[in-house]
Amino acid sequence: MEETAVSAPDDLVRRHAQPGRTLLAILHAIQDETGFVPPATVVPLAKALNLSRAEVHGVITYYHHFRTAPPAPVTVQLCRAEACRSMGSEALAQHVEAHTGCRFGQHGHDAEHPHAHVGPVALESVYCLGQCALSPAMMINGTLHAKVTPQKFDKLFAAAMTAVARAEEAA
Amino acid sequence: MTRVYVPRDSSALALGADAIAEAIEREAAARGASIELVRNGSRGLLYLEPLVEVQTAEGRVGYANVEADDVGALFDAGFLQGGQHARSVGLVEQIPYLRKQQRLTFARIGITDPLSTDDYVAHGGLEGLRNALKMAGADVCEALVESGLRGRGGAAFPAGIKWRTVANAQADQKYIVCNADEGDSGTFSDRLVMESDPYVLIEGMTIAGIAVGATVGHIYVRSEYPHSIAALEEAIQRARAAGWLGDDVLGSGKRFELFVARGAGAYVCGEETALLESLEGKRGIVRAKPPLPALAGLYGKPTVINNVITLATVPIIFAKGAAFYKDFGMGRSRGTLPFQLAGNIARGGLVELAFGVTLRELMFDYGGGTASGRPARAVQVGGPLGTYLPESQWDIPMDYEAYAAVGAVVGHGGLVVHDDTSNLAELAQYAMEFCTLESCGKCTPCRIGSTRGVEVIAKIRKGDMSEKQVTLLRDLCDTMVSGSLCAMGGMTPYPVISALDHFPEDFGLEPATQPAAAA
Repeated sequence: MEETAVSAPDDLVRRHAQPGRTLLAILHAIQDETGFVPPATVVPLAKALNLSRAEVHGVITYYHHFRTAPPAPVTVQLCRAEACRSMGSEALAQHVEAHTGCRFGQHGHDAEHPHAHVGPVALESVYCLGQCALSPAMMINGTLHAKVTPQKFDKLFAAAMTAVARAEEAA
Repeated sequence: MTRVYVPRDSSALALGADAIAEAIEREAAARGASIELVRNGSRGLLYLEPLVEVQTAEGRVGYANVEADDVGALFDAGFLQGGQHARSVGLVEQIPYLRKQQRLTFARIGITDPLSTDDYVAHGGLEGLRNALKMAGADVCEALVESGLRGRGGAAFPAGIKWRTVANAQADQKYIVCNADEGDSGTFSDRLVMESDPYVLIEGMTIAGIAVGATVGHIYVRSEYPHSIAALEEAIQRARAAGWLGDDVLGSGKRFELFVARGAGAYVCGEETALLESLEGKRGIVRAKPPLPALAGLYGKPTVINNVITLATVPIIFAKGAAFYKDFGMGRSRGTLPFQLAGNIARGGLVELAFGVTLRELMFDYGGGTASGRPARAVQVGGPLGTYLPESQWDIPMDYEAYAAVGAVVGHGGLVVHDDTSNLAELAQYAMEFCTLESCGKCTPCRIGSTRGVEVIAKIRKGDMSEKQVTLLRDLCDTMVSGSLCAMGGMTPYPVISALDHFPEDFGLEPATQPAAAA
């Protein structure tokens, strides 16, 4: 699959680094548009905000939310926190790994492969989606699902994969 | 025209509420039925979601756990007239789970369309702000002190005293910051406010601004809550258009502006000083205190920083008076707390009650026991940094001081139930692991202590020189509690030590040989 065309880093920064916006808000705006924060934006961001490159890099890597590579077409984020654990999220995690043939990285912060994914699917652990009375919870491509059973996951996952295949055909 | 309610909060959405709403509109059109579909907030009875309600002459009739496929059958059963169906739960306000609650902060949730300014005013909204606008700022602070309201985010610091400190500080600019970084597992009350009654938070922050002389407020919401962010942004825009915010709040000549900021997935940003750093656009690293944020907070200016529930409780205090609010509760814990029943529980949801209720009442009278049907074994109260309470502690009244007396924390009132299949040693190890993932790294006890904690617990679980390792673990926890800059490192030992004290058998230790050390 070809990578989506992304605006030049300078252009991205020029459009989003508006006066009064903090670095964090600018990074959000960039990721909202392109799906990730291209590493090439670090230098123009540092210049625009009169910060060192280390400071910009530090902020990007401090927060779990930011990615420095495009997300997988199907990204599964499973909650691994206490409430979901009490309702079998760890067993569900094993099922998800077996069903997809992928492994959970730590929310894009896998030490060996930061922000990387192999193939069209990425599995990420997240900690609390605020659905603790309806555990286990997960997001698939940003859409929230509660009371997820292995059967329900299989259906949701199949639907997500079909949607991706259809989008690729259309492209 | 029949009014039909389908909730729009993220719990209902996560269970397919949008598809249900579409199916109802489609079916109504096909059958020529005239309906008005309202996307209300959640009632907080999350175990019934998606809860569809129909307005009848007798009141609002509910249909619980509805799926899109049920909609045809609901129409066949005459649900628009409140007809009987397998999903019927009768009059929603008569459901004991809801009827027995003392809804003060959450008086409106689920009843109104969260984004309707008319609904908000029709259900008592703005009364608090109108009253506060007639008072001098200092009197507003004193009334809040008088109400006994303490910070609902977990630390329970008296809100009025914090406001008074900011009010007395001299500065060209002051800020109100709302901590909506609700990262604790087992909590969702902040989210319910933001998604189901956002104007109450806006009103509370405006009162805070007027009280202390701050003209700008920021709501810092975690990025994991996109629905809350969207609801707040829309509500702020409408509040501005209605003249509730801006240069002339309700025609008072006073100015207050409000902005939403997004977090980016860092748990420690729920700590107030890390939150302020993050709000300034930097890495969310904890600041050393003093100076207190009340004197040098956002951009070094005096700042009121309160949790969502604290600020959302302010309007009712000013609508009904400090004495009214203070009448609820026990000891030094005044008012109500929105308890959040979560985890392995049959009837999970929000239960707002005065302080003094016990865990057992919450778990069984409201929660109906575990979801799995197995015996409950441990309850973690107050989030990932709260202790695990064994059955012997389930009758302690929910009161900040009574909990502190046994080394536990009420925190924000979230409780996560675990059944008898749980392994508390595994959960203790997870608590340390979570700390390694989320520590900001500024102080050593937290940054390195958590890593050592994971290793030591793993060794204990393997039976590797357990007695010595247990001594080491207790020593390590003591260092973390005493030496960490903030609650992240300072309270991670709470769940660990409570698990070790009350459930030593899960660590492969003899139950009787353990000293009952306080956390």
